[in-house]
Amino acid sequence: MLALFYIFIGIAIGVSFWQITRIMNLRGVIATDEDNAKQGKYALLFMAFFYAMMIYCLIFMNVIMLPESASIEGEHDDNLFNITFWLIGIVQFVMQFLIFYFTFKYRGNKDRKAKFYADSHKLEVIWTIVPAVVLVVLIGYGLWQWNNIMDLSDSEDPVVIELYSRQFDWQARYAGEDNTLGRGNVNYIKGRNSMGVDMSDKNSLDDKQVTELYLPKGRKIHFQFRSQDVLHSAYMPHFRAQMNCVPGMVTKFGFTPKFTTEEMRQSSEVIAKTIGINKIRKAKGEEELYEFNFILLCNKICGASHYNMQMKITVVDQEDYDEWIAEQPTLASILNN
Amino acid sequence: MSEHHHKETFVTKYIFSQDHKMISKQFLVTGMIMGIIAVFMSMLFRLQIAWPETSFTIIEAFLGNHQTDGVMDPDFYLALVTIHGTIMVFFVLTAGLSGTFSNLLIPLQIGARDMASGFMNMISYWLFFLSSVIMVISLFVEAGPASSGWTIYPPLSALPQAIPGSGAGMTLWLVSMAIFVASSLIGALNYIVTIFNLRTKGMQMTRLPLTMWAFFITAIIGVVSFPVLLSAALLLIFDRSFGTSFYLSDIFISGEVLHYQGGSPVLFEHLFWFLGHPEVYIVLLPALGITSEIISTNSRKPIFGYRAMILSIMAIAFLSTIVWGHHMFITGMNPFLGSVFTFTTLLIAIPSAVKAFNYITTLWKGNLQLNPAMLFSIGLVSTFVTGGLTGLVLGDSALDINIHDTYFVVAHFHLVMGVSAIFGMYAGIYHWFPKMYGRMMNKTLGYWHFWITIICAYGVFWPMHFIGLAGLPRRYYSNTAFPMFDDLLQINVVITIFALVGGTAQIIFLANFFISMYRGEKATQNPWKSNTLEWTTPVEHIHGNWPGKLPEVHRWAYDYSKRVDPNDDDSDYLHGQDFVSQITPLLEGEEHS
Repeated sequence: MLALFYIFIGIAIGVSFWQITRIMNLRGVIATDEDNAKQGKYALLFMAFFYAMMIYCLIFMNVIMLPESASIEGEHDDNLFNITFWLIGIVQFVMQFLIFYFTFKYRGNKDRKAKFYADSHKLEVIWTIVPAVVLVVLIGYGLWQWNNIMDLSDSEDPVVIELYSRQFDWQARYAGEDNTLGRGNVNYIKGRNSMGVDMSDKNSLDDKQVTELYLPKGRKIHFQFRSQDVLHSAYMPHFRAQMNCVPGMVTKFGFTPKFTTEEMRQSSEVIAKTIGINKIRKAKGEEELYEFNFILLCNKICGASHYNMQMKITVVDQEDYDEWIAEQPTLASILNN
Repeated sequence: MSEHHHKETFVTKYIFSQDHKMISKQFLVTGMIMGIIAVFMSMLFRLQIAWPETSFTIIEAFLGNHQTDGVMDPDFYLALVTIHGTIMVFFVLTAGLSGTFSNLLIPLQIGARDMASGFMNMISYWLFFLSSVIMVISLFVEAGPASSGWTIYPPLSALPQAIPGSGAGMTLWLVSMAIFVASSLIGALNYIVTIFNLRTKGMQMTRLPLTMWAFFITAIIGVVSFPVLLSAALLLIFDRSFGTSFYLSDIFISGEVLHYQGGSPVLFEHLFWFLGHPEVYIVLLPALGITSEIISTNSRKPIFGYRAMILSIMAIAFLSTIVWGHHMFITGMNPFLGSVFTFTTLLIAIPSAVKAFNYITTLWKGNLQLNPAMLFSIGLVSTFVTGGLTGLVLGDSALDINIHDTYFVVAHFHLVMGVSAIFGMYAGIYHWFPKMYGRMMNKTLGYWHFWITIICAYGVFWPMHFIGLAGLPRRYYSNTAFPMFDDLLQINVVITIFALVGGTAQIIFLANFFISMYRGEKATQNPWKSNTLEWTTPVEHIHGNWPGKLPEVHRWAYDYSKRVDPNDDDSDYLHGQDFVSQITPLLEGEEHS
């Protein structure tokens, strides 16, 4: 195989060298009127290709996008995103048209005289002010939403969960009855205490360590993040949630799940996406069909198996959640046995 | 600089040259070699993304012990993306672009015999060469080169236990970058001093071509921000080698607790991005400067809004130093800081928009000479707009949460700084090749090169936005662990095909470049009918640039198609031609534009 490959490369180099020297022998270095005419037309053709591609992607790639936000806080993210996307979409289509159309329209020739037009105070002011005004709106809405998401102080009775990252998996701990997490530090990592929980802290005793996340629908979840070794990032795309896990530091983020996993599976967007995925999986010969699940991924480069660091998230109704959490053993009962 | 001839040996002329024109060619060729390496790497990892864990002969042939049966190892995938990024950002687009054209054009366009210090200029190149050599050597270290991303966030970059590339490979990376920073600082100081002090008679700051303004401001940003990268690298070296804890704290790895206490990786992120963001503009502004010059010359029109262009370059430069936090919205930084950085970041859209509008207005009612350089400049405006607009999404902290570190970001910055800057670099090469080598490049090959490249660039990066919006994180060796991303695979195949074709097509350019160097048509003194001073020098290079006295400047650089009566488009051209060189005195009664 290797030898064949080298031969192929050799032939390819030979052919391209022959073609290139052939073109190099065609003298001509400065664009003539014919060149301008031809390149101007190519600019139009390219514009057609570019617009076709942009529109194709915008329409047909809709199905692969993330479904609507599964958290209440994320609704405004989706809104803001849509506003921004429409705006930049329109500007993009107009500007690209002007660029390539002007290239065609004003392609040079001997008879054309360029207009000597060096300055216009009025135009400059217009296209400073207009973007500025538009940006004020975007910035305003953006900052309002940012404060909305990042402010965790006013929620009542949140579910408190710690996510602990390490190469290359996630561990999670629920705060238990007292709704307060016990302290943690790498120095306490030992045996089954893999999250390094300080068991001399009273708050730790009723904490519950789990391998899968269950979240109750409609209640605010307060996440706190720690990392055991390097930087990781807890990315929960369906909830529009992400926060880095930093060794030596505790970071926080919160959201309120809006749909249960079951409800999400019934949404038309998710159904369409699932059908698409399963078509591809079948074609590839995969036995197992894909079924929608919320997921937690690592989104900060963290080492060789970065691409395979995940945890399943299941959103259920409050009753199912209560049932599930009651079944989980407390840390005290595990570690003291 | 005296005018008498020094006796030149081969070594002083071609190797340890202090002549800015030779140094610029050295920068260019070194940058191109590094560029070839980096593009080739991207083609290798695109293979892995499109056809994960498939055996490829080419991977077997090139990756040595970092592959098994033609499948690349996951940690070497990370090494490839890391080195691709590092080389592209620093070695190609900083040194290769700014180093080449600042050196070539600053003395020529301001009317100086050489840089303020030819010796420092030479040192700057040789430090760059040394750092390139070290970076290339790091590829051959047994455990592989640095592989923690081009941003080398600790602790991953600090701990060899965390990833093999953080051993000797990372050490070489840091040494190479430290030398690189020294090189770029020496270069930048030289550019600033030269532009301040060596302008020829009549060349007021307000008559400088926009290329000069762009290079000047770029050099200032470089001087302000590059030292911070050096300090970040030094502290990282301390943490790695001398047991300090600037960036590290509370780490348990490979079954033991490490001694580090009290440091924070967030400190590193601040220091890194204090360079890292201005770096984007260090890469982009020279390309925009080159574009301004080329679009104006080939439109046969003055650049629209000269003063607004200068003001927006300054505004961009100032803002670029106070926006670095938008790379860190979700690092656990205080949310209030996030608000401030959102605000400053989105402000950059205003001067950027002004620049884009001004380019388009310059095209309007022009007499466009569609040379390859002109096409690349138009291409730059197009990709700059496409890539810049998505910056409005990423710069907004609330939206950044969900697309941070996804392929949306990859698409955004590749278009706005990668492709745009490369287009600017190509435009510059096609345009000033006659000034560098006294010969012309072939236009037919130039056209092929342009159209294939722009089609492939958009073919790669436009669909990539959507993959990011589907939530796919960047720097994933393969997506097979997540069935939810299965429907992205076909798109990745298409992207990879565009990438392979686009990458391979650069051979057209290389062939054109090297063959034209020896066999291209002989250049005339002013092939593009341009106004700037470099086209008043003789075609054959001489020490000191101008024989006899230095030229005197009487007007700005953009008197294209100026009429006898400036308000009457039907009146005759001034001096009977559609350009008026900067050295032509004003006619009686003629007003400055």
